[in-house]
Amino acid sequence: MSDETLLSARGLNLHFGTIPALVNVDADLWPGEVLAVVGESGSGKTTLLNVLSGRMAAQSGVVWYRDTAGRIADVHAMPQPSLRALHRSDWGFVQQNPRDNLRMGVTAGGNVGERLMAQGSRHYGDIRAEAIRWLEQVEIDADRVDDLPRTFSGGMLQRLQIARTLVTHPRLVFMDEPTGGLDVSVQARLLDLIRGLVARFGIAAVLVTHDLAVARLLAHRVMVMQRGVVVETGLTDQVLDDPQHPYTQLLVSSVLQA
Amino acid sequence: MTGYNFAYLDEQTKRMIRRALLKAVAIPGHQVPFGSREMPLPYGWGTGGIQVTAAVLGPNDTLKVIDQGADDTTNAVSIRRFFARTAGVATTTRTAEATIIQTRHRIPEQKLHENQIIVYQVPQPEPLSRLESSRIETTRMHGLAEYGLMHVKLYEDITRFGHVSLSYDYPVMVNDRYLMAPSPIPAFDNPKMDMMPALQLFGAGREKRIYAIPPYTKVVSLDFDDHPFRTTRAPHACGLCGATDSYLDEVVTDDRGGRLFVCSDTDHCETHRDVGHVGSEGVAA
Ligand SMILES: Nc1ncnc2c1ncn2[C@@H]1O[C@H](COP(=O)(O)OP(=O)(O)O)[C@@H](O)[C@H]1O
Ligand SMILES: [Mg+2]
Repeated sequence: MSDETLLSARGLNLHFGTIPALVNVDADLWPGEVLAVVGESGSGKTTLLNVLSGRMAAQSGVVWYRDTAGRIADVHAMPQPSLRALHRSDWGFVQQNPRDNLRMGVTAGGNVGERLMAQGSRHYGDIRAEAIRWLEQVEIDADRVDDLPRTFSGGMLQRLQIARTLVTHPRLVFMDEPTGGLDVSVQARLLDLIRGLVARFGIAAVLVTHDLAVARLLAHRVMVMQRGVVVETGLTDQVLDDPQHPYTQLLVSSVLQA
Repeated sequence: MTGYNFAYLDEQTKRMIRRALLKAVAIPGHQVPFGSREMPLPYGWGTGGIQVTAAVLGPNDTLKVIDQGADDTTNAVSIRRFFARTAGVATTTRTAEATIIQTRHRIPEQKLHENQIIVYQVPQPEPLSRLESSRIETTRMHGLAEYGLMHVKLYEDITRFGHVSLSYDYPVMVNDRYLMAPSPIPAFDNPKMDMMPALQLFGAGREKRIYAIPPYTKVVSLDFDDHPFRTTRAPHACGLCGATDSYLDEVVTDDRGGRLFVCSDTDHCETHRDVGHVGSEGVAA
């Protein structure tokens, strides 16, 4: 593991009124690494993802990103156009509900091609061919390329969202409960797919999940959050097999009982 | 013309519109808000264009007004009469003689020159309006030059129809920066906007927006490398003047299904006939 992080946060704080969503949170992500943020509903996971990706401002603290040229940028001090450009190219964001990200009135090919067009691709045939390649990467038949997403199942929609996100080969992807809301059998296939893609393309990811099984399957490291506080962090196997913090022990044992 | 200020609008309003026009010329293709006034004509009759014309009109100007290329439609006639009455300016139907041309839905066939201004009547100034309904979002897209969505629309058209299905109000990039709606002119006219020697001004009354293209500015119709923008016209010669390079209207000539293709630009057709050209249905001038 390189000693140079891709993304680092220090001292993040964010309260919603009296609710502590982030309390002195530090986080580090190395290139190619998958970091899972786990914890119960309401523990601050989504808030952390939004702050790390610059979509939401914290009340204090800082987030740094190291770009492809090795320059370090303060994510929250970046001009709006640079941050949006980053979100369109080097970064990706996978939502729990794919409908929040996809354009439901646009064909699968148009959905996957949008980021390419936003980056300046102006060859219809190339864009379409690349869209088909990515549909195949996410195990959607190439002959669905001209279909509207509304004819897709939930699992297919999520895979389409992933294709739409990865088409520009982002180095860093933020994922919020990407398998939430799907049937267990569909989840397993999607997790396998995500694991394969992340490994094949060397993508670093911050993955929010309340499901420890998802973290175990995908993540190199985990951060455990409770009421906005990171109570434990470490290698996935270590944390899940030998939890140190009482809250982590509770989480792990409730999984075992489930 | 008692009871009216020159060209109907009061001087303060004209100054306000001119300030908006100066901003618009300084930022080609960028929509500038302006305090659109009520005009003694219904919206859709070109109140935005009329206000722009009123603001740039001088006593020595010669005004031409066209609607769908014709000088003799009700809309064109009433606007021309309005300015003849309120400003006492000379009017003409001759493109070459006009210093200001107010238009709806066409650009004259004859090449415009540096001493002319063309004023377009615009119903919907926002080229992204059909794709994104929030003005806050479209304003941000313009601010950051994020126009990927417009290309998604073109991509979808090619996927569904094999070509871009827009035949008028076809979106253009102005000066490599702003995406702009050229108003509902046929795509056939789009190339005329590119590097045009005349000043092009656009007024949208209901939407309260003004925009402009200064002379000799690059205007490019959006397309893909492998599906380049192409103009189309009906594959006929004008029945009256025989022109094969002008934009044609199809007119019904009788109740037995008789049809005739004629130049939509009536001045172009007359000028062509005046120098001796004649079409299959025409009589020599
Ligand atoms: N925009 C908001 N306004 C007020 N409270 C919020 C807002 N977003 C989140 N919260 C609260 O902050 C806490 C953390 O929320 P969240 O980050 O969504 O948790 P998680 O993703 O772990 O379920 C919760 O108590 C939630 O109700
Ligand atoms: Mg959440």
